[in-house]
Amino acid sequence: MKHEADITVIGGGLVGTAIAFGLAQDGARVMMLDEGDIARRASRANFALVWVQAKGIGMPEYATWSKVSADGWAEFAEMLADVSDIDVAFERPGGFMMCLSEAEMEARVRGMKVLQAQPGAPLYPYEILDHAQTKKRMPAIGPDVVGSVYCDLDGHVNSLRLFRALHVAIARLGVSYRPEHAVEAIVPEKDGFRIRGPWGEVATGRVVIAAGLDNARLAPMVGLLAPVVPSKGQIIVTEKAARFLDYPVSTVRQTDEGGVMVGDSQEDLGFDTQVTYPVISLMAQRAVRMFPALAGLNVVRTWSASRVMSPDGFPIYEQSRQFPGAFVATCHSGVTLAAAHALRLAIYIQDGRLPEQMACFSARRLNVPQAA
Amino acid sequence: MFRRLPESDTATLRFKIDGRPATGRAGESVAAAMLAAGVVTCRTTPIGGQKRAPYCLMGVCFECLVTIDGIGNRQACLIPLTEGMDIRSQDGARDMAGEPVTEAAP
Repeated sequence: MKHEADITVIGGGLVGTAIAFGLAQDGARVMMLDEGDIARRASRANFALVWVQAKGIGMPEYATWSKVSADGWAEFAEMLADVSDIDVAFERPGGFMMCLSEAEMEARVRGMKVLQAQPGAPLYPYEILDHAQTKKRMPAIGPDVVGSVYCDLDGHVNSLRLFRALHVAIARLGVSYRPEHAVEAIVPEKDGFRIRGPWGEVATGRVVIAAGLDNARLAPMVGLLAPVVPSKGQIIVTEKAARFLDYPVSTVRQTDEGGVMVGDSQEDLGFDTQVTYPVISLMAQRAVRMFPALAGLNVVRTWSASRVMSPDGFPIYEQSRQFPGAFVATCHSGVTLAAAHALRLAIYIQDGRLPEQMACFSARRLNVPQAA
Repeated sequence: MFRRLPESDTATLRFKIDGRPATGRAGESVAAAMLAAGVVTCRTTPIGGQKRAPYCLMGVCFECLVTIDGIGNRQACLIPLTEGMDIRSQDGARDMAGEPVTEAAP
């Protein structure tokens, strides 16, 4: 079988493009099959945080993986800029989680302790700040802020430019990008895979399934499992204003261009998911209590998209045992993990095996029988 | 460049544009009054610093943003002119720091 590509990536969102970028940098002949603009693309509602703190309660390896990625982000941003000539405005001033009650404050602090009490969890420093200490660094906070947790590992990027930069970069690196190429079937063959859709078919040596919510349908075709479900998230964005927030907050950030984004982070005290008017008003109210000046800013847009959520909220990375050469990659933090996907995961895929420390991300962890 | 229609005979309103005194007519938008007063550009863009002027005059293009009575990013085409308004062209992004505090809606 003659292969049109060494490796074919299915999915052209942040996860697929970051992996393709890493593969192409490494010299692979890569094809990308993507849906059209009607794809349910989680990337279009990314909140653009490069976030480490509080992630990984329940899976310390995920905390480490997030930190590895955030630590690699500056290098990744530089590589992206070199290839695409687009500066994605990566900044890492550290980030805050703002607390509007003593109960939230206690929950945050407890969360950080539980996280770092796990064997193997990265013991990075963080600071617990009261109102006055928080105000010293973020003068814009309002009187309702009880305190905050600050971690200097956190940062953010320009969400629109990141997605653009990745697509420009992979095109310049010679990735054969095929939009309007929804995939109907992946057929394992003797020395590779045949991928079919209404557009025809291609033969490829390896395949990387990075198709977001569609991973649930595609992964079983090659003996993999990715039981992801949609988790709705909403974003509010305001008009541009002169910089008044010097640090990203887990739910509020001012972009490099001045607009303020308000979102509900998945990690945010369980307050997430349903797209309902009450949620968006609650998000706005909480943001205004954190930063009263926001009340005077006009909202330019609100929108929502579906996060790609695994049953336990952690990423799934796996190579098929049944059909080696087929990989699946899925997560809900495509921005934070973009650097790890490009600089690490792509290399593992190129080498043909995920190292032992990635075994924890196998979907086999989800096959635990329910206790009677 | 712009002239009022001859039948426009509503009450005269005085306002200031960048400190200069000017007059308009009751019922006009801030944008219309500015254009009639000879204003050519009313702001510069936050990122590229390019000049902008009222364009669509119906609230969709956001090109006519000005500072009115100390509040930035007001859409001049949607706000009726009132007596004594202090209208200023806006240089770049709105600066919240110098503005009077706005109360959050309950």
